[in-house]
Amino acid sequence: MELTIPVNPFRTHGGVKAPHRKHTAQSPSVVMPPPQQVVIPMSMHIGAPCTPLVKVGAEVLVGQKIGEGKGFVSAPIHASVSGKVKAVGKVTLGTGQSVDAITIESDGQMTISPDVHPPEIHSKEDFLNAVKESGLVGLGGAGFPTHVKHASKDALDTLIINGAECEPYLTSDNREALEEGEHILDGIFAVMHWLGIQRTIIGIEGNKPQAIQHLKDLIAKDSRSNGKVGVLTLKARYPQGAEKVLIKAATDRVVPMGKLPSSVGCVVMNITSVGFLGRYLESGMPLISKRITVDGSAITNPQNVIAPIGSKISDLVAFCGGYKGEPKKILYGGPMMGNASFTDDSPILKQTNGILALNEKESRLPRSTACIHCGACLTVCPMNLMPSMFEKYTEFKKVDELRDIAVLNCIECGCCSYTCPAKRPLVQAIRIGKSMVRKADAEAKAKAEAKKEN
Amino acid sequence: MKDKLIVSSSPHLRAGRTTTGIMLDVIIALMPALVASIIYFGYRAAILIAVCVATCVVAEFVSRKIMKRENTLFDLSAVVTGILLAFNLPAGLNPIIAAIGSVVAIIVVKQMFGGLGQNFVNPALTARIVLLVSFPTPMTTWASPFYYWGGTDAMTTATVLGGGEVSLLDMFLGNQGGSLGETCALALIIGGIYLVIRKVISPLIPLCYMGTVALFTLIYSACTGGNIGVDILTQLLSGGLMLGAIFMATDYATTPINWRGKIVFAIGCGILTMVIRLFGSLPEGVSFAIILMNILTPLIEKATSPRPFGKERKAS
Repeated sequence: MELTIPVNPFRTHGGVKAPHRKHTAQSPSVVMPPPQQVVIPMSMHIGAPCTPLVKVGAEVLVGQKIGEGKGFVSAPIHASVSGKVKAVGKVTLGTGQSVDAITIESDGQMTISPDVHPPEIHSKEDFLNAVKESGLVGLGGAGFPTHVKHASKDALDTLIINGAECEPYLTSDNREALEEGEHILDGIFAVMHWLGIQRTIIGIEGNKPQAIQHLKDLIAKDSRSNGKVGVLTLKARYPQGAEKVLIKAATDRVVPMGKLPSSVGCVVMNITSVGFLGRYLESGMPLISKRITVDGSAITNPQNVIAPIGSKISDLVAFCGGYKGEPKKILYGGPMMGNASFTDDSPILKQTNGILALNEKESRLPRSTACIHCGACLTVCPMNLMPSMFEKYTEFKKVDELRDIAVLNCIECGCCSYTCPAKRPLVQAIRIGKSMVRKADAEAKAKAEAKKEN
Repeated sequence: MKDKLIVSSSPHLRAGRTTTGIMLDVIIALMPALVASIIYFGYRAAILIAVCVATCVVAEFVSRKIMKRENTLFDLSAVVTGILLAFNLPAGLNPIIAAIGSVVAIIVVKQMFGGLGQNFVNPALTARIVLLVSFPTPMTTWASPFYYWGGTDAMTTATVLGGGEVSLLDMFLGNQGGSLGETCALALIIGGIYLVIRKVISPLIPLCYMGTVALFTLIYSACTGGNIGVDILTQLLSGGLMLGAIFMATDYATTPINWRGKIVFAIGCGILTMVIRLFGSLPEGVSFAIILMNILTPLIEKATSPRPFGKERKAS
């Protein structure tokens, strides 16, 4: 297969013109001083949670490994500040999950651990191991351990860098592109070299012309690029950054239902993830801090903040001048796919890319009326599904029908709920429907296994 | 503060469009035809429209109240139904009959099946058919346009489909006998363009419907040796075709939800309309064609459901 970098994006289905609200696009990232205390959850990735490696009272240093998981699908966790371990045990995150976490009282010194040194890489195995040891997970939000992605047995020919950042408000990826362009390219070339990938397409939505131009200039200057790396200007239409949509836009390939991008020869990395990888290979400092867009109508000074992982939302908000009026809703991430938090006393995670605090007016839940069968949800669905049918089948608990019309293929991008004139809670219903199907499948599997044993 | 945060499922952002907004757009789109109907058929048109809208609104309010359900008048759908029903009535009709039709449309066809979005046939069209069957003579006694200028308001005329002679230009402008809102093609087209621009309807159904009618007429006319051009324009501009194609066959609740289904639906409407017009015993077939296709809608939807992204095509 001949590999060329596409000039224009390929056609994708659906999507909505969500407002951009990229207020912080021009504000350079500011490093937040370490807070008094950080709470570092042991599960910030998809896969097995990590086991704490330190005990209460232990002194830890920045970059020291404090949590490690069993099994391949897991990513280690490192101390983001230096200081003393104050507590190890269950905490409840603002999104409701109960997870093990290590609470560290910062000494304010940010003393770097002697373990931190650039990794030595001589083979693909070394590279995958280094990626694993860096603690890197998909920083776009999913939190899928990066080394697992890279270790795919499928033949990979294309690296896609996701810089679409289609979520309203969020600008942390945009700032990454503008401030860390060289490291992004370092990361890209390392991945291409060690995984034997022939081309890289950096997808960025057209509403970030500065980032696009900056990366194009850097690529043009870089002798390593050799025509193998290109920037693709995507339509500024939510959700261009959804993995399967991005793969279609960049390569015209369709990831089959229930399959991973590697099945069509693609590996997708978030632009901040690849930028981090570039930095890690240079310095050996694992993933201990994150650039976070702090914005929303209830934030005094919206800006991009680089904060230690485990900092509380309240610390970030205080750093941004505190609340403007009374916040009524606090979100991890953007408004389309972000999760609401019931408290600001909850830590930021590896995959957190934004914190939004919304005022009363923007938090008000819309009144939902009867479905008028207008079909807007079908038109905007990037997966070409039937959200209104999902809602009806979920209401009547029609599990087989839900499975038949591919409810599990829904990416929960929120386009259907966003566009619905009757303000139906479609995504919410779909989540319930998905769990019904998964539960039924698990039960059927257990039954079949029990039968086998008898 | 900490205990008072709202937690809800994503997305936390919603588009501005509401059901009420859509219905308001439909009402605005009906305005040119409403004005035309009053110009051509005078105060009687105004009275019929007012009676239908008022009865629909009251019927909706009372029936929801009796069923102990939420009041839904704010969505304006009862107003739309009222206007559309009035548009399907002859100007000389006794307002009491119009009121009966409105009650049938709202209570029997719409609310008994669960209200907005749940009815399986178009309320206004079904009510019209009920009236046509119940009161055949008054429902087919057509007032002449501008009868009120002539002094005698009993003057009646035949519709084009019923054998009347009207020039194509008069048909386009609405200077012909017929139901209130159906005569002026120009006003209906303006309304249709407004709906398409506002993205309330897709032009798919009206264009496929009219296209099918034109094609059917072309074949029929060629076979019978008629004047093809005149025949096509006559079929398109007469009767309730424009009203049906733009405002009735695009009703959300009773038409297929996906675009492939919409095409099938529209073609079906076109064929049935022409079969009834040319070979049936009734002069006009738009209402029956749309209602029949309404009934087929769930089947069409099932047969044309979209293929999920990433799902392999079935081997054929």
